[in-house]
Amino acid sequence: MTNKIEEVILNSLIELNEELENNPLGSPSKETQLYGGGGALDSMALVSFITDLEEIISEKFDKDIILADERAMSQKTSPFRSVESLTRYIKKLLEELN
Amino acid sequence: MKKVILITGTRKGIGKELAEYYLSIGCIVIGCSRSPGTILHIDYRHHELDVSNELDVVKMVRATKKEFSRIDVLLNNAGIASMNHFLTTSYNTVQNIFNTNFLGTFIFSREVSKIMMKQKYGRIVNYTTVASALRLEGEAVYAASKGAIENFTQTISKEVAPFNITVNAIGPTPIETDLIKMVPKNKILDLLDKQAIKRFGTFEDIKNVIDFFIDDKSEFITGQIIYLGGIHN
Repeated sequence: MTNKIEEVILNSLIELNEELENNPLGSPSKETQLYGGGGALDSMALVSFITDLEEIISEKFDKDIILADERAMSQKTSPFRSVESLTRYIKKLLEELN
Repeated sequence: MKKVILITGTRKGIGKELAEYYLSIGCIVIGCSRSPGTILHIDYRHHELDVSNELDVVKMVRATKKEFSRIDVLLNNAGIASMNHFLTTSYNTVQNIFNTNFLGTFIFSREVSKIMMKQKYGRIVNYTTVASALRLEGEAVYAASKGAIENFTQTISKEVAPFNITVNAIGPTPIETDLIKMVPKNKILDLLDKQAIKRFGTFEDIKNVIDFFIDDKSEFITGQIIYLGGIHN
């Protein structure tokens, strides 16, 4: 499941990168920092990205999850800070629905 | 292109009248209530849910997006009222009122804004009450839940402004619906007396303000609270 989630995130990032000015994410990979210290997304881009991701996950996994977390805007502990942390976070949410 | 309008609380009262009105002028209307719908129309969809049930709301909004690809307008109409002295108001009553009035408005606004953000267009109208502006005795909890909606309306209007989404609120005076039928007549007359224009509100009065808020030309109108009848904060 981890690989499938990661693939969904990376594909969404590639699309997002094309929409943003100056392609701030370069070539997104597992190590790409998203938000917070060193991350390429500002809060507006993050909100847009989360919205895309929720929709794609709903389609691919046939499960509705809500990517909202009290730590979302935290620089240090946000689950949205990197592709890796986001993958873990989504996996946890999907498992909770089982 | 037909406008897609999502209205909460469409089984009866103002919500039902608004749904029928927007259907009559060629809009697509998506409604919801806790019980089965009462509107039959080719362009109407009904969802049976509690507006404070986060996952059910998410499903409804996603189903709407899937079928119609967009949502132009959200009217957070669903609401419950309660009249009581706060000393005799139960904890459960407070939870129920805040769940339906505030949490319902919050969840729908959040989920629908995600779609509006993508389409770079949206109009959200929330519902407050003159009881909030007037600090009416006996309506502490109801008015507090609406006060929360007012503040929320004005703050999120700033957060979504970059996406061309406006968020405003209407504060109706009493109109003759189920919501006030339990309120003693003298209380209602006292309330009408506090208005600059001393009469019951009508559906037409409410429709007029909502039409103004959701008009394409109202793109510069956001974070506003309009009370009917000449009440102000």
